[in-house]
Amino acid sequence: MGPLQIAERIKEQFPDDVLGYTEFRDQVTVSVKRDNIVGICRYLHDDAEMGFDYPASLCGVDYMPREPRFEVVYNLYSIKHRHRIVLKADVPESDPNIDTVTGIWTGVNWHERETFDMYGINFNGHPDMRRILMPEDWEGHPLRKDYPVTGPAREWKGYEEVRDRKRKFAEFEWKPLK
Amino acid sequence: MGVIVEPAKPVVTPEGVQIYSPNVVVASIEKLINWGANTARLNSMWPVTFGLACCAIEMMTTGSAHYDLDRLGVIFRGSPRQADFMMVAGTVTKKMSSIVRRVYDQMPEPRYVISVGSCACSGGIFNTYAVVQGCDEFVPVDVYIPGCPPRPEAFIEGLVKLQDKIRAEEHRWGLFR
Ligand code: SF4
Repeated sequence: MGPLQIAERIKEQFPDDVLGYTEFRDQVTVSVKRDNIVGICRYLHDDAEMGFDYPASLCGVDYMPREPRFEVVYNLYSIKHRHRIVLKADVPESDPNIDTVTGIWTGVNWHERETFDMYGINFNGHPDMRRILMPEDWEGHPLRKDYPVTGPAREWKGYEEVRDRKRKFAEFEWKPLK
Repeated sequence: MGVIVEPAKPVVTPEGVQIYSPNVVVASIEKLINWGANTARLNSMWPVTFGLACCAIEMMTTGSAHYDLDRLGVIFRGSPRQADFMMVAGTVTKKMSSIVRRVYDQMPEPRYVISVGSCACSGGIFNTYAVVQGCDEFVPVDVYIPGCPPRPEAFIEGLVKLQDKIRAEEHRWGLFR
């Protein structure tokens, strides 16, 4: 099935949830509401003609001044039918929540954790919603546009401890007599 | 008949130790032990095996057959307890820094640190929230090797610099520490 056909099919199935779709160089992106993202994904996965069995990527985007500010992007591929589609769901800053799709593809588990780590978007129902890259007690979400690139003014506590070790053990280091 | 024996001419090392033959060595005891310990140390420097980013690939290249670190007595060891020095090769993130420090703390004296590449020396191109701006913030560094990544020749130059540094050390063997 061609990507435009897939988009049309999704629109027929979920007329209330699909906001529209765009095509760019044969890649079709379907914008959907976040409320029924699990239903749409379940359909794309289970339907015989769709058969999207491979979630190639899942990530977040921050369009800072825009409202709704965040977007979660699902890149789906069907190994059986060799077609792909992109889903995008808007997530507002005031309520950064979206339902998890780990129940459909187990593989998106870490993708969703990374999206949470970097953007602070919470995935409801995720089995293990923790940070994946940054330390557990890190403050802030680094890929947000309003996050300072060299980090917050206050140093991370864990790194402070490591630097303190150098100061603490400096007296035991060997020094030349001269 | 008689054999005329010329007085033996000693070989004098840079440290001032006079070697007359394999069996006769003349020097003050302090110089002798320095010379013995330092020569032994600098000819068998064993680093801990670990790499952090792309510079580690260059370190492996330097260790493999073409550049062959073994001929300098550099043999990678799997445990910090058996190691003499540590090559911090690659980008050190803040999350990784405590582990690098722990490896350093586990190494027995005498121990040395070589900081390899722009990232380990200064943070390199990554002036960001997650990356340590130079590993000398948390471990004492003896030799810095610049480059992104440094060529294997630069690695060897750095190791020779460390050998020079060890050769010039005095009293790093106990009593007068
Ligand atoms: S200095 Fe360059 S090659 Fe080395 S770890 Fe950093 S980015 Fe990689």
